[in-house]
Amino acid sequence: MSEGSPVIVKLDGVERHFGAVRALDGVDLVVGAGECVGLVGHNGAGKSTLMHILAGTGTPDRGTIAIGGTLETAYSVARAQKLGIRCVFQELSLCPNLTVTENTRISHAALKGPGWRQRSTALIRAKLDEIFPGHGIDPSDVVGDLAIGQRQMVEVARAFTVTDEPLRLVILDEPTSSLDAHTAGQLLAFIGRARQQGISTILISHVLGEILSTCDRVVVMRDGRVVASDTASSFDRDRLVGTMGGARHRDGDTATRARTRGQTPVKVRARPRNQQGSAELVAHAGEIIGLAGLAGHGQTRLLLDIYGASTHRRPGVEIDDPVALVAGDRQTDGIFPLWSIAQNIGIRSLAGLKRGWLLSAEREQALARAWQAKIGIRTPDLDNNILSLSGGNQQKVLFARALGSDARIILMDDPMRGVDIGTKLEVYDLIRAEAGKGRTFLWYTTEMDELSHCDHVYVFRNGRIVADLAHSELTEEKVIQSSFEEAGDRARERAS
Amino acid sequence: MSAIRTLLARPWIWSYIGALIVWLAAITFTGGYGAGGMITAALSLAVFMVIVGIGQMFVITLGPGNVDLSLPANIGLASAVAMKVMGGSNSMIAVGLIAALASGMAVGAFNYLLIRALRIPPIIATLSSSFIVLSIDIAYGRGLQIKPPPAFADFTNIQFFGVPILAIGGAIFAFLAGIALQRMIYGRSVLAIGQNMRAAWLAGIPVERIRFFTYTLSGALGGINGALLAGYFRGASVDIGNEYLLSSIAVVVIGGTSVAGGKANVPGIWGAALFLVLLLTMLNTFGVSAGVRLLLTGLIIVGVITAAGGQKALR
Repeated sequence: MSEGSPVIVKLDGVERHFGAVRALDGVDLVVGAGECVGLVGHNGAGKSTLMHILAGTGTPDRGTIAIGGTLETAYSVARAQKLGIRCVFQELSLCPNLTVTENTRISHAALKGPGWRQRSTALIRAKLDEIFPGHGIDPSDVVGDLAIGQRQMVEVARAFTVTDEPLRLVILDEPTSSLDAHTAGQLLAFIGRARQQGISTILISHVLGEILSTCDRVVVMRDGRVVASDTASSFDRDRLVGTMGGARHRDGDTATRARTRGQTPVKVRARPRNQQGSAELVAHAGEIIGLAGLAGHGQTRLLLDIYGASTHRRPGVEIDDPVALVAGDRQTDGIFPLWSIAQNIGIRSLAGLKRGWLLSAEREQALARAWQAKIGIRTPDLDNNILSLSGGNQQKVLFARALGSDARIILMDDPMRGVDIGTKLEVYDLIRAEAGKGRTFLWYTTEMDELSHCDHVYVFRNGRIVADLAHSELTEEKVIQSSFEEAGDRARERAS
Repeated sequence: MSAIRTLLARPWIWSYIGALIVWLAAITFTGGYGAGGMITAALSLAVFMVIVGIGQMFVITLGPGNVDLSLPANIGLASAVAMKVMGGSNSMIAVGLIAALASGMAVGAFNYLLIRALRIPPIIATLSSSFIVLSIDIAYGRGLQIKPPPAFADFTNIQFFGVPILAIGGAIFAFLAGIALQRMIYGRSVLAIGQNMRAAWLAGIPVERIRFFTYTLSGALGGINGALLAGYFRGASVDIGNEYLLSSIAVVVIGGTSVAGGKANVPGIWGAALFLVLLLTMLNTFGVSAGVRLLLTGLIIVGVITAAGGQKALR
């Protein structure tokens, strides 16, 4: 914190319990004006709970909140809004049936009377242009029609719009997890500019590089406590990971295996719908195939086409084995919120859980227990509701559902969104082990690190495959180049 | 003690408690006179609500917007079809039942076709199909009351120690439906679709096949109900199913099934059906006029749904 800058937020000894679980166990936090604080920790460390308290959506069981030096006794969402504290949560909060303009109006009561629509449109457009130049979003677009990355951009831009209420602190919970590298960079640059205008930010991210490069100060949480708080320059990646208590990143172990293609039979052959030329995605048994490129450029679409081909024949897609999909957008594509963890795991394998005519509860439990052990789902009881798990553990349930099934082809739709690094490393190992047993993986990811786990990578742009890279020729530069480059890919397409 | 607590934690128990209270109120008023008869009558009438209620439950559990409003017309047509095919002859009873079942299934399948092929919301699709079915019924039945075969009419009125045979059949059927809901792939699939249709599809559930089956099942149960009603009331008529529009939905909701889908409850349907029938009996014994009776029934249903829905609002 820079010397003498006024304190915006001061939390003292904040505690929050959910039943026997201590989500927050006495947290102190100070944020100064114009300061960017990075908040890191494993899933379930208490980051989101803490931010909910700061945003007024959760109340602490113990402890005090002071905003701008005044002790807040009846802190609430409305109060937070009035004091200029905004939040961009991990679970997107825009109304999907309304337009971008209308969603902007929702958080600005001042936009009323005749002409509110124009003013709201101008407000959000200006902010989108400022943060994400070249965003391609029209404020009259209905939010439900936008890609998840674009929704996230609207959400972020909306949080930074100002009408009659002040803007002092914006909490960004995993804002870059559904953005591609380019837009994420735009956002991080904007955070730097906002800081100069005296706007503070709290940035929660699992991408440690962006925390270290963007933030002034880093706060590390573990098991509901703050375990370290220091200037960003005093941390490096290893120290951060070590402080979080996570496994260290193992470099090198992915690069060692080299395999020649085509020794195993082809399991998937798929052409994107508007592909020109002969390029197609090919996956052999036991391969991990990466789908790369900027977010929302047709990767998910192709995965869904492949998935759909498992029940209905589809031109341009051939698959040779049962398919399962691991959703990245947990809430809309993955989870059954009324069910237990065990039921959520078993749903893809119902036919195998039968004993005679009926589903066997023991078999369901056995399946769930086996995968709990294998993938490390942290829960005291598999009969607990799925929502009792943190986001990362919910994602593990979705992995267990797919890997526990009879599927030999596993499609993964950017499944590591908002998952902590420890979980990621565990899942990477598991994927590699399963591929070793002959399962085929198609893996859409926006993170460069994850592509290095793939045997072969297809880069997508505008719904087409524009590059086709073997593991040995894979570099970040090449992926980025083909994601953006306009001229070169035509030639490459013809060559392939 | 803990057994009682776990019993009270089950949502369906409240419908039985409600039924009990209403019954006690009625026999207190009559001074204990007709207590057993009331239960017999309630069981006989409740079973019809249970049969269509279970079909409606599966449909509602498919998720928001799913409801079968064609049941009354479906019941009316099936009752006419059954009676005409039976033609008053004992030897044709089985054929008539099959014909009623087929008629009901056809209506259910037609509903699904409207929903799927024309992408009409279920509430509109089933309502409009009910007008079509009603017109067919009027043209087909010509408003004539056809008597059921004597053996069929007698069968629907058999009782063992005051328990109607239909109620026993209805209890067995409800038990099987409960098994299908909780322990079979079909029921699991319905529950999954009701929570999140897209996630269900992505988890490998044949969503459209299950929806088709569910609407057809609801239609089939409506058809059977029509035939049984015609036997019990000794004749088919166009408006024989009218009361089952409201009551099929009411028993589902009072019985603890979530209107938002994904959560269903079979035992509660029996409790809710008994509650609704006994409520009418009670109001009758109080000598309340028909208008007030309807008013009170409506208010009580609203009250029960509000009370039962209260705990769900948390999420």
